[in-house]
Amino acid sequence: MIIDEMEKKLRPPEMGLKPYPPKVITLASGELMVVREAKREEVGVLLETIHPLMGVPKDFYDIVAARMFAEILGWYRYRVANEFVLVGAIDGVIAGIVNSRCVDEKVGMSLHTIAIKRGLRAGAQLFAAKMEHHLENIGEEQVYIVAESPIGFKRWMIEYELENWEDRYPQVSHELGGVPTYVLTRKLYDAVRDQKVTGTRPVDPAVLATADKLKAPDEYAQIPGFKRGK
Amino acid sequence: MRKVAIVGIGHTVFGNLSEFDLVDVMSFASANALEDAGILKDRKIIDQLFVANMGGGIINHQTGIASALVSRIDLEPAMAELVENGPASGASAIKCGFAAIASGMVDTVMVTGGELMRTVTGWKGTDFVATLLHPEVEYNYGLTLPAFAGIFTRMYMERYGLTERDLALVAVKDHENGARNPYAHVQIPVTVEAIHEGENAHVINNYVAEPVRLYGTCPVSDGAASLILCAMDSPKMKYFTKKEPVLISGIGSATDTHCVHHRKDPLDLKAVHLGAERAYKMAGLKPEDMSFAELHDAFVILELAISEEVGFFQKGKAQEAVREGVTRIDGRLPINTSGGLKAKGHPVGATGVSQVYELVKQLRGEAEEGRQVKNPKHGLAVNFGGFGNNVVATICSKEA
Repeated sequence: MIIDEMEKKLRPPEMGLKPYPPKVITLASGELMVVREAKREEVGVLLETIHPLMGVPKDFYDIVAARMFAEILGWYRYRVANEFVLVGAIDGVIAGIVNSRCVDEKVGMSLHTIAIKRGLRAGAQLFAAKMEHHLENIGEEQVYIVAESPIGFKRWMIEYELENWEDRYPQVSHELGGVPTYVLTRKLYDAVRDQKVTGTRPVDPAVLATADKLKAPDEYAQIPGFKRGK
Repeated sequence: MRKVAIVGIGHTVFGNLSEFDLVDVMSFASANALEDAGILKDRKIIDQLFVANMGGGIINHQTGIASALVSRIDLEPAMAELVENGPASGASAIKCGFAAIASGMVDTVMVTGGELMRTVTGWKGTDFVATLLHPEVEYNYGLTLPAFAGIFTRMYMERYGLTERDLALVAVKDHENGARNPYAHVQIPVTVEAIHEGENAHVINNYVAEPVRLYGTCPVSDGAASLILCAMDSPKMKYFTKKEPVLISGIGSATDTHCVHHRKDPLDLKAVHLGAERAYKMAGLKPEDMSFAELHDAFVILELAISEEVGFFQKGKAQEAVREGVTRIDGRLPINTSGGLKAKGHPVGATGVSQVYELVKQLRGEAEEGRQVKNPKHGLAVNFGGFGNNVVATICSKEA
């Protein structure tokens, strides 16, 4: 059918990514956050989780949420190449989401990190997991990274001491906004890995099972008095 | 000397307030104090404003802050001055307010402390606080406040047998209190298993300046706090009928060498000891009379060291008190009931004022459920400037 052929053209080529092995992180509160790859059939609950934050201008949650919403929808409807989504869940409730994509076998393109749960560095742990997936699991050599918020800039550019590739702009730029990119190289990653990446594997099956069915949070620290509509 | 009472208190939440400017944040706390005192409409009875701030000129590109605030909250023609004493600016401003009233110069004073630190990177924030060190023989060699805390903690560990677990216990206790304080920057309880013993603890609670870890350090915060002071013998006391006044029964400060290496023993915090001694003497009280305390734990080691210097515990024994739960909210001597700088946060210019805010709240019996001290009579606050080179101790008491 003509529509099938057109749809085929609209879909990007796929590399076929290695799966991300789940892990569990004990947060400072003592809560267990399971970090695992999100499945395509979980896109509904992911979007449900992200959607309320599109109205939060503070800390640029609005831009990050709107872009991530579109990227995850794009992943679901086959409009983004080689994208993966990792989710952090505490007792099944989504604490944070990260997404990213592979440009090719050597280069990763970090998309977004959104922390729902604040104050426990859940976002920092999920970002680290995303880098772990790119550099250790998929085996890429570098990841392009930009930040939309000052918090992101402090967490990634400064804490990871990322390379600033401004001098290669515009030949090398990041897909998010076409801006100059920062880069996490393997050398930089190796230098900070032990201070940034953690998690226990294999995950106890009973703990892993708590994240079988993801739930959208009922509370957002970013939205006082939030009530989820039915 | 006239008796001086605190008749109004105000506070903003501590955390990330970078969508506001510095004077906005200070005005929120000031308005809150005016409302608490019941003089929002009669605010012109304030004679003098003292503003505490350390970094406005450096990180917020704003000077003349006292003039800006007095105008923003419509207190003109009240007198207005800025007090800067590093991280002890807040308590120093209270001391100035106390002295102005006690001397008879004025009757009513507003003291507002505030800081906006999260608009800059962590590097810049650390750099700005480190400007209080000696520029040539300390900072030039890479010494910053976290670096000093690391050195101090290591020495304390070697001499007194302090362990990293003890430091984690202090953090757990502070976070437990902070989780119940609606103004705290970090309102999340933490567990010793997670931050010290667990398999992931080395990353969750990473080293900042070994052996000081993330949970041994206060967060970088924005925020403000405000107090209204009045002479007990002033006719203006008739305006303050909404709440019971709380007395400033003692206030004292002291200094030590600017450079830490000039001290005979760097573990002796002489300015803390002497400042507290002066406050006790003025109040006619002793350490054992204190019902609770707010101690300047920018690094949790300081809570332990200060608690010894002010006479609560013998030197090198504070960690035993922590292990035994003495300093918990239900212990014999609760310390940092607000969550301390560790959990509540440390907007430097606000901190000293915020500590006394907590003393008043506790003495009024207004602390939130689960963090109210039972029948408190006297509370001590220690605001630590420099690395212990300019320290202010304040004692507040329920009016007898």
